[in-house]
Amino acid sequence: MSTEAAIDIDREKGNFSYDTDYEYDAGVGLSKDTVNYITDVKGEDDWVRAFRLKALEIFHSKPLPTHWATKDLENIDFDKFRYYLSKGQQPSRSWDDVPDDIKATFERLGIPEQERAFLAGVEAQFDSEAAYSRMKDELSKEGVIFVGSTEGLKDHPEIFRKYFGKVIPTGDNKFSALNSAVFSGGSFIYIPPGVKVKQPLQAYFRINAENFGQFERTLIIADEGAEVTYMEGCTAPKFETTTLHSAVVELVALKGAKIQYITVQNWSSNVFNLVTKRGLAEEDAEIKWIDCNIGSRLTMKYPGVILKGRGARGEVLSIALAGDGQHQDTGAKMIHAADDTTSNIIAKSISIGEGRSTYRGQVHIPKHLKGCRNNTECDALLINTNSRTDTYPAITVRGNDNSVQHEASVSKVNAEQIFYLMQRGLNEGEAMSLAVNGFINDLVKQFPMEYSVELKRLIDMEMEGSVG
Amino acid sequence: MVTVNSETEFLSEAVFEHFLSRNAGLPSWLVKQKEKSWVDYLALPAPSRSMESWRFANVTGLGVEGFRLAPTLEPSETHSLFEASKRIESNSGELVFGNDDLIHEEALSAELSEKGVIFEPLSRAFAKHSEILEEFFMAQESALGSEKFTALHTALNRNGTLLFVPENVEIELPFVSYHWAKGEESAVFPHTLVIAKDNSKVTFVDVYGSDDKDLAQLACGVSTLYAGPGANVEYHYVQNWNESSLSFNRLTTITQRDANIRAFGINIGSKHARSEGHTIIDGAGSNAELFSMTVAHDSQEMDQRTLQSHNAPNSRSNLLFKNALQDESKTIFSGLIKVAEEAQQTDAYQTNRNLLLNPSAEANSLPGLEILANDVKCSHGATTGQIDEEQLFYLLARGVSKPTAQKLLVFGFFEEILKQIKHEELADYHRQLVQQKFGNA
Repeated sequence: MSTEAAIDIDREKGNFSYDTDYEYDAGVGLSKDTVNYITDVKGEDDWVRAFRLKALEIFHSKPLPTHWATKDLENIDFDKFRYYLSKGQQPSRSWDDVPDDIKATFERLGIPEQERAFLAGVEAQFDSEAAYSRMKDELSKEGVIFVGSTEGLKDHPEIFRKYFGKVIPTGDNKFSALNSAVFSGGSFIYIPPGVKVKQPLQAYFRINAENFGQFERTLIIADEGAEVTYMEGCTAPKFETTTLHSAVVELVALKGAKIQYITVQNWSSNVFNLVTKRGLAEEDAEIKWIDCNIGSRLTMKYPGVILKGRGARGEVLSIALAGDGQHQDTGAKMIHAADDTTSNIIAKSISIGEGRSTYRGQVHIPKHLKGCRNNTECDALLINTNSRTDTYPAITVRGNDNSVQHEASVSKVNAEQIFYLMQRGLNEGEAMSLAVNGFINDLVKQFPMEYSVELKRLIDMEMEGSVG
Repeated sequence: MVTVNSETEFLSEAVFEHFLSRNAGLPSWLVKQKEKSWVDYLALPAPSRSMESWRFANVTGLGVEGFRLAPTLEPSETHSLFEASKRIESNSGELVFGNDDLIHEEALSAELSEKGVIFEPLSRAFAKHSEILEEFFMAQESALGSEKFTALHTALNRNGTLLFVPENVEIELPFVSYHWAKGEESAVFPHTLVIAKDNSKVTFVDVYGSDDKDLAQLACGVSTLYAGPGANVEYHYVQNWNESSLSFNRLTTITQRDANIRAFGINIGSKHARSEGHTIIDGAGSNAELFSMTVAHDSQEMDQRTLQSHNAPNSRSNLLFKNALQDESKTIFSGLIKVAEEAQQTDAYQTNRNLLLNPSAEANSLPGLEILANDVKCSHGATTGQIDEEQLFYLLARGVSKPTAQKLLVFGFFEEILKQIKHEELADYHRQLVQQKFGNA
């Protein structure tokens, strides 16, 4: 197996779908019946049903946030989506037991190969439910739990319920409320005290059906001193109609724990990707979001860390690439809630053609805290004359023993650099690609190898034909 | 009909009607504008925190209903105001307003007058220069959230300064206007309009203050600067209303081709001060520099919103706003650079530096960029921190007491802006104001 095969996930590669017969289908549109159907099919406890129904009410009561966000949100017709589609609720532990069409999908995306190569565990979600979920045996022996959220709720309610919806309350925003009403799939991970999972755990999210909404719910808990890296990838076929993806991801890092969460988002350009991601870091814990957004029509995602314990650290490294017809509205939130907490945000965006990238950030250091530090850097690169970028940070600092610095810059590719490279025989596209890769290089270096290579290839492809 | 005395009643429809009847000599276009503005004022929503343009602001206590039009002062009451106005002695002309009436005037020289320079209070200019004012008075829209207060200003304004500088006239010494408010619950509506024609050069200073230390007053002011092709305009404003006051101020500058604008603001007064600065770059090759110094103490809230609109190519704008916060004070800096698609080769910068001097002080920064052209250099930076420990240690080690050392370092923080002011008397005046505020703290 070559390394290339493992990293070969490009925008066209995901552009296929199978006609699949679903055993379970909640139908089109969203009502109490939809929610009851989902909860019945899953055989959930009453408290989950109540939680979902309450969330549906909150979802309906909240307006779209168009007073600060893009009006494109108004193009989402919530009545036209299918909210639950699956072949069954129990994921297979072996690829051999996965239904053929679903297996073929993940084979084409190279997931089983990656699992053999470098992953400690894989969960593969097809539309609403995980079709496959498996983790290396030695990890289960150590007490690590890595299952889908449906299984997690059923088999580990004592841990699940304690943290579920605590980092991101249902009413946090309209889309977290929607997710709370109809969530299905996603991962539930628990790492026991002191266990350091060396290889990453991966989830792969696949949308196959048209007019579908995927609402996975992920909860990762790293107990005291535990460490884990979680990676997620996603693809969907390109349909004429819109697809909605609205996940909620909650991370809890207890004392001294470390969680690294890596996303390479490569949805097709008909997907509205409206995701709420937030972590809670206790004393001396560390949460790091590596967030890379390349696909989708509109992404709105601002991974955050609540620095709740003294000495906690939060970090967001973000790369966004917005091409024609795309709006990457991404950013970060750092809420300092204890002394001596530090946070770092580095965001780089590239806008190509009529693409628009937006950075939105919040850094909050409230009263009576001491020794808090934040550093934020946002750099935007504009390739074409009609490309667009915006930066909207909000910073609140109280007290004279904290410090915050924020810097942002916008530039285009240096004409002299391009001229220099072309003098040495590169064509304009190659020169541009090299310059763009140079722009994000210092960030990409911090990614795991497999992801940085993939990213570089995606950028090479995007830059072809973007010049002029 | 009930008769209403617009000087004693709280602001209301009846007060507005009475105000119009008292100012019967106004040109008809202006009366129409005022009537429309009053309707707008009533119709526009009051600020709320859910509005992006009022994010982080304390919106309770922004009601203006508890104020009345500032009464005309007796001659015996104006002497102290006149004395307080002798701040910039080397000037080209001076107007002193007390409760929106002209109480003192040092007209411009005959030489400048012959060249066509106009320096007049609006109370006279509305009649004398109606055609200029019809074109330029309140011709700019509000873009930063205070539409309601701007409408109130247009409805109830009756005085201020018109400064018109014809083509190729260069004037070195500044023109100065002083606006004083006096009396409890007095509301004043100061206005400044500067029109600098092609290749002219002029400096203008607005000083805002109160005669009473503790009486709540309302100030709702608008200043607009037009810099024609190749013109050089320098503008200073000193916001020093008393610390029981509520103040709104909107500054709009419009630059045409190759024009230069430099604006300096000092924010030290008011209980709650909202100031909005819109810099509109409409001509290629122009350059705008925007500076502000804010010193806040007690529970003062200083809310500053700025917008740098680049609508033309090859231009530059640079903004530097510095805030020093003591006690439980709060500042908000919200700045946006907007570069339009056609504004290629723009260099636009925005920097906000906050110095927190107390554990309870709060600084909010919202530095924004909206860039639609690709061949640009744009950046913003915001830092919030405290006095540098090493610098403090250096001074303490040399026997300087801690309070003095802290003061010196804060003065040094503002020196970066003060040294940009070339007119020495003005620079000294500004320096004095900043330092006095610390003396009183």
